[in-house]
Amino acid sequence: MSQPLPAVSATTAAAVSPSTKSRRRTRLQLSTRWAPYVLLGPFLVLFVVFGLYPLLFSLYLAFQSWEPTSGLHAMQFVGFDNFAFALQDEWFWKSLSNTGWLALASGVPQHLVAIPVACFIHARIKRFRNLLVGAYFVPYITSTVAIAILFTSLFSTDYGLINSGLRAIWNGEPIDWLNKPGTIKPTIALLVFWRYVGFNVVLYLAALQTIPADLYEAATIDGAKAWQQFRYITLPSLRPAILFGVTLSVIGGLQLFEEPFILTNGKGGSDQAGMTTAFYLFRMAFDFNDFGAASAMSWLLFAVVAVLTWATHKALGRRT
Amino acid sequence: MQDGRPAGPDGQPVGPNRRACLAGAAGLAASWALPGSAAWAASEARQHLTIAAYPAVDKVIKAALPAFQALHPNVEVQVISREFADHHTAMTTALTTASNLPNLMTLEVDYLGRFARGIGLEDLTQPPYNALQYRDRFVQYAFDQATDKTGAVLAIPTDIGAGTLLYRADLMAKAGVTEADLTSSWESYVAAGLRVRAATGAYLLPNARDIKDIVIRTGIQPGEGLFYDKQSKALINTHRFHRAFELSLKVRQNKLDAQVRPWSSDWAEGFRRGAISTQMVGAWMAGHLNNWLAPTTRGLWRSAQLPEGAYAASGGTFYAIPRRSAPEMKPVAWEFIRMMTLSREQQLGAFKALDAFPALLETYDDPFFEQPIEFLGGQPGRLLWREAARRIKAVQVHKQDHFASEVVNTELDKVLDQGKSIEQALADAQRLIQSRALR
Repeated sequence: MSQPLPAVSATTAAAVSPSTKSRRRTRLQLSTRWAPYVLLGPFLVLFVVFGLYPLLFSLYLAFQSWEPTSGLHAMQFVGFDNFAFALQDEWFWKSLSNTGWLALASGVPQHLVAIPVACFIHARIKRFRNLLVGAYFVPYITSTVAIAILFTSLFSTDYGLINSGLRAIWNGEPIDWLNKPGTIKPTIALLVFWRYVGFNVVLYLAALQTIPADLYEAATIDGAKAWQQFRYITLPSLRPAILFGVTLSVIGGLQLFEEPFILTNGKGGSDQAGMTTAFYLFRMAFDFNDFGAASAMSWLLFAVVAVLTWATHKALGRRT
Repeated sequence: MQDGRPAGPDGQPVGPNRRACLAGAAGLAASWALPGSAAWAASEARQHLTIAAYPAVDKVIKAALPAFQALHPNVEVQVISREFADHHTAMTTALTTASNLPNLMTLEVDYLGRFARGIGLEDLTQPPYNALQYRDRFVQYAFDQATDKTGAVLAIPTDIGAGTLLYRADLMAKAGVTEADLTSSWESYVAAGLRVRAATGAYLLPNARDIKDIVIRTGIQPGEGLFYDKQSKALINTHRFHRAFELSLKVRQNKLDAQVRPWSSDWAEGFRRGAISTQMVGAWMAGHLNNWLAPTTRGLWRSAQLPEGAYAASGGTFYAIPRRSAPEMKPVAWEFIRMMTLSREQQLGAFKALDAFPALLETYDDPFFEQPIEFLGGQPGRLLWREAARRIKAVQVHKQDHFASEVVNTELDKVLDQGKSIEQALADAQRLIQSRALR
């Protein structure tokens, strides 16, 4: 309901006392005590609803046996049974092994390629640098589904471009990239590598631009060759960026889901060779209706991620 | 049912004629009175019925709405359509939280088995539904699939997927293979495949898994499920699995399968280019091939019963009422189910327009079954599928069936691709599946 406007003329407005103005201003201003909470409020509400609540619910669920279609009240407390089951489940261990393989095969090359490429662009490319960097970055922002459809067509056994190309140079049996345990993993790793190497190039390029040029000038005067400059100036200076990039790769690699899910049609592929842990726990919940075990596995995966992230920091963090 | 349309009676893709057909069915259904529904219809106030469905059942439902609303003008119906997997995930979430529950949901048979483990669906044997009185009006196996261990009926079947063998008649003729060669036994089917491969270069079937999927469904004893018996004892280390694995291995060793996944681009191309000569699948597949998968092969296919007298179901749709949905709408939802499943006109309309093979036995004397199908070279294939539908036996479901199926497929992959012995593969599958039996 609207309030009637006060009858204020130009003269009466001018006659409003300073103390009234001050009071009005005070009403509109936040006190310094509450301002941070109000400003953080929207984030906190979203975080509690979409971050904290699912996290705590998942932890609660990890100790329950539950037939989800019976409703929330159908949960039964089972203690650590789900964790014990997960640790004895050979498919869980297999998924962890697949995850580790893919994280290494897709993650390590990302950095081994991104650092030299970033150095090359930084040192040699001036005119079309933004265009080139943009081209490297495009796979990172492209829809996963579009990428998977493209790669599925490329890697088609009988009608794919990859096998057609190989056939031109090698007259052997066509390679069944997506249906054989021996080829599914490298195919997924290649896709993940292609998708994320551009992100790392941009990351390292930004880091390279912060290294003072006079370090290189001094090294050149002292007779240091290009490799020595790279080894003793560039790499040590990139250490914080490498730590950041590798940490993201460790976390992302251990949570790999979309690419194997779509490339294997949501089934994991022959001999479940493409089934990562994140993929498996999704299937445990939504395909096999075992939300309790899936939640327990997600917390075990979290423990693995936490340990490996800590190890990464120990290995690459600042040494005093 | 699956998302696809059949050849019409004239063999042409069903387009405008389909609408006319459905409108006609709707009109006929409007004149069809449901026993006992008049009093309820007269007393109803303005009501809102929500139905959750997936393609192409959603089209069947939408086509029937005019008929339903003619009978119940005060009921506003909202159809919520989602893609197949999204729909079932959404239904799981809705049943879990009891929020955004539709008044009526459609369920594919595979998901029905899983949902039947909980208590989220209304038992339709209870008043006011009393669904058991309709049991004999449906294809027996379909009705029994919706009946759980306690005897509760959790859903009503609307369409079924009778398994059939589709084969390329031109390739068989070129290889000198007869239909009897394909169907008299599994061994003769594989032997025919060798001749087809030699004469035409075409594969016998898309994947060696396909033969396993049918053979493990043969010889199931009464009371047994596919993977477990009544006491949840795993049944993997049994003759039917041994035979299924041996036949699959023989197919792979002789390079008779294209080694492609269903619904992949290689699979579709295989049909288009005549590189795959047979497919064992639900009868609805003829509609897919005719309409979009391989329309250029129209007239070259034929249908036969599965080899060695096997009968198996593949797919099927059911209507269910969520237990915790709005109580005042349950009678309306039930009326809708009755109209969709017990009305001969509705069932035939969906069959003619959208290839939804009827679950209602009263439709089986319709002349439509005898009409030639141009995609099958004029063969009246629906007669075969009708026969198969009558002979299929219901298989007891177990809550771990989906996982068990994955384990069996994985072990078969190891046999086919990595040279693992069948005995060891089945023993490993038995152990893993048994370990999950009571979870």
